Amino acid sequence: MFDFKSATQRQRSLFGLRVWIAALVVLLAFGLLGARLWVLQVQKHEGLLKRADSNRTAVLPLPPRRGDILDRNGVVLARNYLSYTLDVVPAEAGKIDPLLKNLNQVVPLSEYQVKRFKRRLADAGRFSLVPLRRDLSDTEAAFFAAQAFRFPGVQLKARWVRQYPQGLSAAHVVGYVGRISEADVQALDANHELGNYRGTDIIGKKGVEKSWEQVLHGVTGIESVEVTARGKPMRTLHRIDPAPGEDLVLSIDMRLQRIAEQAFKGQRGALVALDPQTGEVLAFVSAPSFDPNLFVDGIDHDSWRELNESENFPLINRPVYGTYPIGSTFKPFIALAAMTMGKRDAKTRIYDPGYFEMGKTRFRNAGSVPYGNVDMHKSLVVSSDTYYYSLATDITIDALHDFMKPFGFGQKTGIDLDTERTGVLPSTDWKKKAFKERVQQRWFPGETVSVLIGQGYSAFTIMQLAQATAVLANGGDYHTPHLVKAIQNTALKTQRPTRQEPSHRIALKREHVREVTEALEQVTLTGTARRAFSGVQYPVAGKTGTAQLFNLKGSKYKKEDVDERLRDHSLFMGFAPSRAPTIALAILVENAGWGSEVAAPIAREVFDAWILRDDGALAQSRTP
Amino acid sequence: MIGLFNLLIRGMKAIDWPLFLIAALLSGVGLLVMQSAVGGTDWRYAVQSQYLVIAFFIMWGVAIVPPHWLAKMAPLFYGVSLVLLVGVVFFGETSKGATRWLDLGFVRIQPSEIMKIALPLLLAWYFQRREQRLMGLDFVVAFVLVVIPFLLIVRQPDLGTALLVGTAGLCAIYFAGLSFKLLVPLAVIAVVGIGSVLLFEETLCLPNTDWVLLHEYQKGRVCTLLDPTQDPLGRGFHTIQSTIAVGSGGLYGRGFMAGTQGQLDFIPERTTDFIFAVFAEEFGLYGALTLLFLFALLIIRGFVIAIRATDTFGRVLASSLSMVFFIYVFVNIGMVIGILPVVGVPLPFFSYGGTALVTLAVAVGLLMGISRHSVRIAANQ
Repeated sequence: MFDFKSATQRQRSLFGLRVWIAALVVLLAFGLLGARLWVLQVQKHEGLLKRADSNRTAVLPLPPRRGDILDRNGVVLARNYLSYTLDVVPAEAGKIDPLLKNLNQVVPLSEYQVKRFKRRLADAGRFSLVPLRRDLSDTEAAFFAAQAFRFPGVQLKARWVRQYPQGLSAAHVVGYVGRISEADVQALDANHELGNYRGTDIIGKKGVEKSWEQVLHGVTGIESVEVTARGKPMRTLHRIDPAPGEDLVLSIDMRLQRIAEQAFKGQRGALVALDPQTGEVLAFVSAPSFDPNLFVDGIDHDSWRELNESENFPLINRPVYGTYPIGSTFKPFIALAAMTMGKRDAKTRIYDPGYFEMGKTRFRNAGSVPYGNVDMHKSLVVSSDTYYYSLATDITIDALHDFMKPFGFGQKTGIDLDTERTGVLPSTDWKKKAFKERVQQRWFPGETVSVLIGQGYSAFTIMQLAQATAVLANGGDYHTPHLVKAIQNTALKTQRPTRQEPSHRIALKREHVREVTEALEQVTLTGTARRAFSGVQYPVAGKTGTAQLFNLKGSKYKKEDVDERLRDHSLFMGFAPSRAPTIALAILVENAGWGSEVAAPIAREVFDAWILRDDGALAQSRTP
Repeated sequence: MIGLFNLLIRGMKAIDWPLFLIAALLSGVGLLVMQSAVGGTDWRYAVQSQYLVIAFFIMWGVAIVPPHWLAKMAPLFYGVSLVLLVGVVFFGETSKGATRWLDLGFVRIQPSEIMKIALPLLLAWYFQRREQRLMGLDFVVAFVLVVIPFLLIVRQPDLGTALLVGTAGLCAIYFAGLSFKLLVPLAVIAVVGIGSVLLFEETLCLPNTDWVLLHEYQKGRVCTLLDPTQDPLGRGFHTIQSTIAVGSGGLYGRGFMAGTQGQLDFIPERTTDFIFAVFAEEFGLYGALTLLFLFALLIIRGFVIAIRATDTFGRVLASSLSMVFFIYVFVNIGMVIGILPVVGVPLPFFSYGGTALVTLAVAVGLLMGISRHSVRIAANQ
């Protein structure tokens, strides 16, 4: 025991010695650091301070000019204009409050501008430029320039600011830019693009401004300059010019766009019009809209609240983000499915007593109207629900799913916009994933019945309906829809088209497409859309739809009895001229009632605007 | 309720307060300098404070674990780290010409960072086991255990971390009782090596001289150290700008957030490896010496814990971890003020980055665990 203890103690003292040696090494090393620090900070201090204060090169970024956004005819949707701005360098400005007070006598500053400036000041470096005011008038700029000596650290600069001259029009297409946020910085950093954004303070946040950010932004240049102790540039040593961002030429036609927007008459809804031969988006309406100019310099609190809390949700991009039941506008596609699968002949007649019975459940026609003997043609013209209900015994939900998927239903269409939603194209697989409980995971035949008239679980975007309509119009080619038609070199004005070949082709029999088209033509001549299209100078194929939101359980639907937000959606899908279509569209007006009364007249206005000349006569050909 | 209270008391007892106070003080100053280095309160500043909070809990968690459990885990820990290091060779992610990261699907890790802790832990465990029958062969085995990870990290390439891991291992061997007869020749080799580098400065950096073990860029770093003005806009830029920053600080410094070198973007990597330049520019010689004093206190506290430790495991682990702190500080500050080559070693508690902070937290936690354990045994005797 004694021996053991002494051994341990010996070991300990030996270890102690080793630690003392190590401590000595640490002391010596730190002494070396201290000595070197003394040499630098005391002996060489003056020389190094001089070097720090003079003759230095700084590498300054030269931010590129952002590309413009134009419509297909060159109308400007987004551009940059030169604006006089006031920026403050905190290190040179001295006390902020008296400065702002004196400055206010020369250049008026609003309370909001002062508040925003102070918020930015708190986040900014001492030598950085903090924006105070922009858009000074020429007089204000001249006033300030004359008195600039009174305000050290306040700089008057001319700067490019983003502007959207069309305001509310096509706002959801163009989107907007905003100040680069923390999240943006991290995303840029992850893509190794942060360097290219030095000196840039805005970035695309929504719409084409966001989805085409890389093309619009350009490449930042570099300028090495000699700077003074205060960071003021003295002379340029070396310069690499920035490469400006390229312009985007949209396929949107602003004349058509405005007519479509005005046709909504203040109602909420969505419209997408496509060129069925190319997939170009001709008009894209999300009503109501907002003014993207509000966002450019950071939106103020009140405007933000007004937009964000409005029960009309103007910021939502309805055509790609809103998912809806599409009601009877789904029927042409169901009819096509039934014929393609060989479940129905065009001439097959079904007796329609006004309802369809499956087990003990009775599914009624809208308004319970009996149509008698109905074939495919008549089923579309009068919009018989029973004809389609009866398909539930012939077509399984999964077969329907597989037929509809290539049309784009329940899929992202691939349009060049962010925030596109998929919606729901129901199938037994989908139901298994969507529900947790076993009981709910099973698919019931009765559920197929509602899907067949565009109700039930199905939920599509208007973008999808427009795309499927375009595919039907051209006989089966899926052209990925796109908003950007060409990329234009800013300096040379040369254009590079973005058009691609169709991504896939759906095998459809020509006579089946013709049967459906003929029936849809009849819809606009004698069917549900006849009033909206009375006297039309060109053949139109179309289908109205009225999508139920509220199940009244068999009792009669009366518009006045139902809360406004639960009223039916009014829909229309169609294309024209029906034998050689140049435009295909889908329209939804929220809670507006019958498709024939609200959505179809909008379609008429848009078709007329696209196909007729300004004087109302039929144009020979129109493919701008 | 009382149970919770007791748990809290026990949790508090796990903390070695002198060590904690020093670490907290250093972290506080570090956060202050970070604020200046980012030029205000941008996101890195906020993220760094979150990392600090996380690091504190990791430290606490490690401190609570009894050291002999950790000893048992040491071989497993080392083995896993080694497997991950080998994994980097085959599946690592390459960025900026170096392959250091491994993506495990749910988290991205830098196995070399884990090795900084795993290696001293393993060696402490090994020497504890061989305590009564220590022979010369054991030191050979220990040396091999150090060299394997060292070489794996060198070829990533990451000279800074390899140096840290290697030195930590050598320190552990030294503290375990490597004969002084062997130590003296080693010291002589080191002195001769550094001496010859200085002596043959002229020829060493000629472009056609081939350095056997080191990469071209590593050669560049050493040569730049010998004469930074050779390459003022390239490799020498870091050292020139950081010495100007430190020197212009003078005795009292240029004031918080008022250093032109840092604020005008002249100090490269100023939130990470070169953050000491920002500090010395703004707080001067007095600030810098105070900081050195704080770091010295941290290391000395580590040594005190090592001396008080009751078993070989505790002694070797505590002393070599203290030396890891020392090497961090010495290599980092030495590189900033131009007496050591530019190798990527962060300044503990100061440099931005979550991984390094976690490693630090584990190291401090281990020291606390050893400290508490020896106190308890002393009380029992």
